[in-house]
Amino acid sequence: MTAIRVRRNLTILSFLAPALIGIAVFFIYPLISALYFSLTKFDLLSVPQWVGLANYKRMADDPFLLQSVRNTLWMVVVFVPVRIVGAIGLSMLLTNLRRGASFFRTVFYLPALVPPVAATIAFVYLLKPGTGPVNHFLEKIGIDGPLWFNSPAWAKPSLVLLGLWAIGDLMVIFLAAVLGVPESLYEAASLDGANAWHKFRSITLPSIRPVILFAAVTGVIYTLQYFDQAAVAGSIASGQATTGAGISQSFGYPEGSTFTYPLWLYTVGFRYNALGYANALAIALFVVAFVVTLILLRRAKAFSGEES
Amino acid sequence: MNKRIPSALFALGTAVLLTTACTPAPKETKIADPGASVSGTVELWHFFTEREAAAIDQVIKDFEAGHPNIKVTVKSGQDDSKVTQAIGAGNGPDVGLSYSTDIVGKFCSSGAWVDLNPYIKRDKVDLNRLNATTRSYTEFGGKRCAMPFLADAYGMYYNKDLFAKAGIAGPPKTLDELTEDAKKLTVKNPDGSLKTVGFLPLYDFYENAAAHLAPATGAKWLTDDGKSAVGADPNWKTLLAWQKNLVDWYGYDKLTKFRASLGDEFSADNAFQKGQVAINVDAEYRLAFLKDQSPNLKYGVAPFPTADPARYGGGYITGNIMGISKNAKNPEAAWELIKYLTTNDAAVTKLANLIKNVPTTQKAIADPTLNADADFKTFIDIFTNPNSMTTPPSASGPAYQETFGKFLNDYQAGKVKDVDSGLADADKQINSVMTLGG
Repeated sequence: MTAIRVRRNLTILSFLAPALIGIAVFFIYPLISALYFSLTKFDLLSVPQWVGLANYKRMADDPFLLQSVRNTLWMVVVFVPVRIVGAIGLSMLLTNLRRGASFFRTVFYLPALVPPVAATIAFVYLLKPGTGPVNHFLEKIGIDGPLWFNSPAWAKPSLVLLGLWAIGDLMVIFLAAVLGVPESLYEAASLDGANAWHKFRSITLPSIRPVILFAAVTGVIYTLQYFDQAAVAGSIASGQATTGAGISQSFGYPEGSTFTYPLWLYTVGFRYNALGYANALAIALFVVAFVVTLILLRRAKAFSGEES
Repeated sequence: MNKRIPSALFALGTAVLLTTACTPAPKETKIADPGASVSGTVELWHFFTEREAAAIDQVIKDFEAGHPNIKVTVKSGQDDSKVTQAIGAGNGPDVGLSYSTDIVGKFCSSGAWVDLNPYIKRDKVDLNRLNATTRSYTEFGGKRCAMPFLADAYGMYYNKDLFAKAGIAGPPKTLDELTEDAKKLTVKNPDGSLKTVGFLPLYDFYENAAAHLAPATGAKWLTDDGKSAVGADPNWKTLLAWQKNLVDWYGYDKLTKFRASLGDEFSADNAFQKGQVAINVDAEYRLAFLKDQSPNLKYGVAPFPTADPARYGGGYITGNIMGISKNAKNPEAAWELIKYLTTNDAAVTKLANLIKNVPTTQKAIADPTLNADADFKTFIDIFTNPNSMTTPPSASGPAYQETFGKFLNDYQAGKVKDVDSGLADADKQINSVMTLGG
C-alpha cells in the first residue's frame, strides 16, 4: 500500500517537476537572493558586507523615496481605475455594436500590440507642444493645448492617456466576460421593465466581478512596477533621448512629475551601484504589492458575500 | 513545531549559500618585473560605434604592428553597465573604456579596476605629460585606477547671424554681458510668447547641467573631506542668482513652453542648429554635428562667460577613461595597450583627429599634425586653461550632481522660497545620497 502511494507521489512529482524547478530557479532563488542582498552593502563589484536592517532604516531618510512613492500612488489610484472603467465601457460598446463589431474589436485591440517604448515615443511626438499634430489641431479649433509631457501637471495624465490608448489587452478580457453573461438574464430583466443602466448595474457588473478583480490586482501590480513609459517619456520630452542622462535631466522630467518608484530603484541600483539598497527597495515593493493583492482579494470576497 | 519550518529553513540556507558563493571575491594582482616580455591576447571593450569604432580599430592596428606578440580583441558598443556586470560576474574584459568619469570613484574604491600606480612606477611613466584636470578625474582616494582617453571641453556656441541682427559685436565674456546679450537676442511673438531665445538658462536643458556652468563662478562641489560644499561655497549662490534673474526676466512658464517645442539635442533639430536659441553651452564634439547637420549655420565658439573677468577662458572638462579589470586575464598586455592609447603622443594625436575629441597629452595638444582649426583651437585653449574645472570622482558616482540638479530644478521653478535654507537642505540630501557609495 505504502509502495503504491510512494510511486503515485513520485509520478505526481515528476509531472510537477518542470514547473517546480522553474519556480525555484526563477522565483524563489532570486527572491531569497534579493532578501539577502537587501541586508548587505553591495555594489556588484566587491564582496557584499552584512549591514543588517540599515538599508531598510535608510528609507526613512531617503530624500527621493517620498516623491517616487507619491507619483506611483497617483498612478495606482488614477491609472488602474481609469483603465478598468475604460475597458468595461469599450467592451460594452463593442458588445452592442450591430455591424462591424469584428472590425472595431481589431482596431481597438491593435494598439496593445505596439511595443511600449515605441508607443511612448510616438505619443510624446504627437503631443509635443509647438510641433505635434494634437496641439496643432486644438489650436485650429481655438483651444490652447496643454504642454502634455512637458508640464508637471499634465505629464502623469498624459501617461494615463497613453495607457487608455493601449487598452486593448484589458478590453478583450472584459469583452469575453460581458459576452459570457447569459442572455436569458437580460431578457428576464427586460420583461420586468429594467432599463439599460439597471441591467448593467444588476446583471453585467455582478457577472463580471471576478474579471474586475483580476484586472484590479494585475493592474495594481503592473502600475507599482511602472517603468518603461515613464523613463522613455521623461527622456524624450526633455530633449535628451539619446544620452540617458540622470535623474536631474531626464528621469522624472518635468520637475520630477514622472519619477516613479521603479525609476528610483533603477537609479540607485544601476547608476549609483548601491545594489544593497536597491534590493531593499525591491523587497519593499514586493511586500506592498503582496499586501495590496491580499487586501483586494479579501475585499472582493466580502463584497460578493463569500467568506473571507 | 510546524514540520514545514525545517524544510523552509533548509531552502533559505541553500539559497543564501548559493548567493554568497556567486558573489565576487577580492584577488591580489602581482605585476611583472621591469623589462619582462609581454605577449598573448588582450580584450578591449569600448562604447564607441560606427565611425568612432572604426577609428579605434585603426589605432589598434598600429598598436599590434608595434607589439607583434600581443593580439587585441575589440568589442564595441559596450556600456558601463555591461562592463560592471561582467567584472562583478568574474568575466571582466582585460581593458575597459568608459565614456563617463562618474564611474572612477566606484571602480577605484571597490577595486573593480586595479591600481595602475605599480605599473606606472615600474615603467617610469611621467604623469605630468598628461593634462592636470584629466589627471584629477582619473584617480580616487589615492588610487589611480584609470587613465584619460581623449577629453571633452565645454564652451559657448553663438549664432553669428543673430548676433549681427541684434547689433552685438562679439561673444559676451561676463555673466552680466551674457544676460544683456540674451535679452537683446530674444524675439517675442505678438502674443508675448517666445519666438527666439538669446540664452535658454534652464538647468535641465541640453548641456546646461550645473557641472557645466559651475566653472563660470568657480563653484566647488565637495569639501576636502568629501562632503557637500554647495551650501557653504558662495560661488553657487552667485551662479544661482544670475540664472534665476534671467529665468524670471523670461518668465519660467514662457521658457518651459518654448523649450517644450524644441527638438532633440542630438538630432538635426537641435535648437541652436535651427537658430531657435542664439547662445548654447556645448562641447567640442558639437563641431562635427554642425559640419554634418547644419553646414550653412554661421556660428562662433568662445569660452563660457564668467562672473569674475579674471576667470574667463576656462570651462568644464570631462572625458573618456580606461582601466584594467580586477579579473583581467592578461593584465600586463592590458597595461601595454592602455599605456599606448593614453600616453603615446602619436597615437593620442591620431585618435583625436579621427574621433574629433581633445587630446590629453601635453605634446599631442601642441602637435602640428593635430587637425585644430580656429574653432577646435578654442576648445583646446579652454582645456588647457588653469580656470577649467571638472567634477570630482565619488564612490556613489553622479549621485551628488543629480541630487543638486533636482534642487536646482525646483529652485528655477520658484519652488524654493529661501535660497539659504534650500542650499542647506541640498547639502543634507547630497551627504545622505553620497553615503550610498560608502
